[in-house]
Amino acid sequence: MGRKLLLEHINVPGINTFEVYRQKGGYRAVEKALKTMSPDDVVEEVKKSGLRGRGGAGFPTGMKWSFLAKPEGVPRYLVCNGDESEPGTFKDRFLMTHIPHALIEEMIVSSYALGANTSYIYVRGEMMPQIRILEKAIGEAKAAGFLGKNILGTGYDLEIYVQPGGGAYICGEETALLESLEGKRGNPRIKPPFPAVAGLYGCPTVVNNVESIAATVPIVNEGGEEYAKIGIDRSTGTKLISASGNINKPGVYEIELGISVEEFIYSDEYCGGIANGKRLKALVAGGSSVPILPANLVTKTAAGNQRLMTYESLSEGGFQTGTMLGSGGFIVFDEDQCIVRNTWNFARFYHHESCGQCSPCREGTGWMEKILHKIEHGNGTMEDIDLLWDVQRKIEGNTICPLGDAAAWPVAAAIRHFRDEFEWHVLHPEESQQRNYGLAHYADPLEPVVQ
Amino acid sequence: MADEVVKFKVTIDGIPVEVEPGTTILNAARKIGGDIVPPAMCYYSKLEGSGGKCRTCLVKVTKGSDKDPRPMPKLVASCRTTVMDGMEVQNITSPEVVEARKGVVEILLINHPLDCPICDQAGECKLQDLGYEHGAQNTRYEFERRTFDPISLGDKIQLHMNRCILCYRCVYVANQLTGEREHGVLYRGDHSEISTYIEKALDKDFIGNVIDVCPVGALTDKTFRFKNRVWFTKPVNAHRDCPTCSGKVTLWYKGEEVLRVTARKDEYGEVEDFICDTCRFEKKNTSDWVLEAPTQVDKESVIGANHYLQFNPPSVIKENKKLQAANAEQLQRTEPLK
Repeated sequence: MGRKLLLEHINVPGINTFEVYRQKGGYRAVEKALKTMSPDDVVEEVKKSGLRGRGGAGFPTGMKWSFLAKPEGVPRYLVCNGDESEPGTFKDRFLMTHIPHALIEEMIVSSYALGANTSYIYVRGEMMPQIRILEKAIGEAKAAGFLGKNILGTGYDLEIYVQPGGGAYICGEETALLESLEGKRGNPRIKPPFPAVAGLYGCPTVVNNVESIAATVPIVNEGGEEYAKIGIDRSTGTKLISASGNINKPGVYEIELGISVEEFIYSDEYCGGIANGKRLKALVAGGSSVPILPANLVTKTAAGNQRLMTYESLSEGGFQTGTMLGSGGFIVFDEDQCIVRNTWNFARFYHHESCGQCSPCREGTGWMEKILHKIEHGNGTMEDIDLLWDVQRKIEGNTICPLGDAAAWPVAAAIRHFRDEFEWHVLHPEESQQRNYGLAHYADPLEPVVQ
Repeated sequence: MADEVVKFKVTIDGIPVEVEPGTTILNAARKIGGDIVPPAMCYYSKLEGSGGKCRTCLVKVTKGSDKDPRPMPKLVASCRTTVMDGMEVQNITSPEVVEARKGVVEILLINHPLDCPICDQAGECKLQDLGYEHGAQNTRYEFERRTFDPISLGDKIQLHMNRCILCYRCVYVANQLTGEREHGVLYRGDHSEISTYIEKALDKDFIGNVIDVCPVGALTDKTFRFKNRVWFTKPVNAHRDCPTCSGKVTLWYKGEEVLRVTARKDEYGEVEDFICDTCRFEKKNTSDWVLEAPTQVDKESVIGANHYLQFNPPSVIKENKKLQAANAEQLQRTEPLK
């Protein structure tokens, strides 16, 4: 059994209420930080822990906090990014629904560390129940004296507000989130300046993912060095993975970073193997925007090392043969799934969610979707595959925000690894409407898997 | 002792230039001028916050600065990236930039109707120039183009969303020049639309400037629409004593008739001074204006096609007797110009 830090008490009845959470040792971090530590001590502990942002990019949280500009007389803000809308990722919703106080607790400590007196939790607009839950939790914490004026008699004031999101995937991009929070259209800002210098209302702001913030509870409680002992190399601590797709036990799992991908898919503690005795075809390891991996690269990297659930191991081999840990949206495909259809589905999503601000993303995502639709429905030509490759290359890296990259990567990886299947769709237009391609040739025979 | 002015030295395509800190790469390039200036479809130096959207001005930064010589990992939008001391930038000397720009132009054109023959902007359209300079001859886009119905924004301005490239310039004009915002972007992605709230008429003073800032034919002047092609009209600089604006304009003549009034534009197609709606729409008689001189037109422009300052016959004509005979009339006419 791996260690559980975030989901330790998940099965305790009533853990979503303040009393039960407090009985189980909740809000210790607030007491410890506010009474015995200075804000810089907290930042130092987080730095020592090596915690990396859990929202997708994996930027070290402690570093991000230390970049925050601290001019005199200007308020600073902490914004929690709960606009979780990546297809395949549902860990933050789970956390907010079941242990809302873990988030509130650490919002208090993080705000204290950053010197913020007003903090916001920006929750995706569709998650109304979670917004209610968080508001209730804030009310309970306030009644118990953990929020408001003069918290626990330490003289520190803090208010936390929950803001329902604008209902767009793009509002999860940090600068678009800030625009949306200010009440404007959720268009990403052009960087620089970065939010750490000029963010919400032009003031220095830190935007963190729900899980990153929640993960600092154990860091404050047990110390950063203790936390850094979990995991491998620069991937420390535990991570929530939302597993979905053709597996026996889909759901949210907390893993210690560093277990192997093979163990995660096949062990009964986690996903429990591929459903219905089928074979693994492909894996999307970190939410829809990361490159898809074919089965032969899932358990072993191209260099022959075992593939582990860490930031480094998953990205070993770059985009040629690797992928990214991303936000932890772990989607498993079995042999019955059609990669072309899946790529089309992802492209359709990015087309729909592009904000329309900069041209390569606005026009290019729609173009990719149309080409993929054509190929999937048996009307494609060989030139279309090359054209698709060319279009994604023109989008990638040329846009304001990472949505353009996120739209281009899955398409690029699908063509790179599953070109056979695209060509089969072109060469067998009628057959491709009747049945699926099955396993790719080069993934056969698969590495024998030890269950 | 006078304060020493700090200047940053930047090299663009191998040409050094000294600019003030805070200048963008694009403006530094404009200081040098010529072919190395990146094209800009959305950036407008007189509108705060504009730029960064169309991505045609992408350049490659091969050396960040003297202090930190690392190159920037991605191509950057030159209109929104400020220079650092010792920065080295590649524009047309980098194949990667030229390739990316070609891609952006192709992408800008995939949903554009390409209806130049019936578009009022043809001849002074930035997208036309850009497509001519960087585009491919054929499109690889084979799907149905996105279409919208034309929208009438009051009795002076017509909006054709089909042609729009969503540069947001008009939105900034409405925000920054007119009293009240009545102009914005609805929806998202490639369904985004420039619109006024529930198609409310735009009747604020200075709103006519949206026509001038529009790089394409999306916003056109209803008092001029379909009256003439721009290359048949003759631009003349003029001014009047206007209580609300500078009153410095360009009148576009066809014969003795003033067909339209626009603000004066510089070589990058940006207006020198925004003009008020009275000057633009109401004053269409020569008697309203004090004429100055013919407007200098870029020699590459189609507008200048009928009125050369100096005729430079192509070299083939100089050598070929037959061609000389055929062009005898033109050559004779240009003799006194020399």
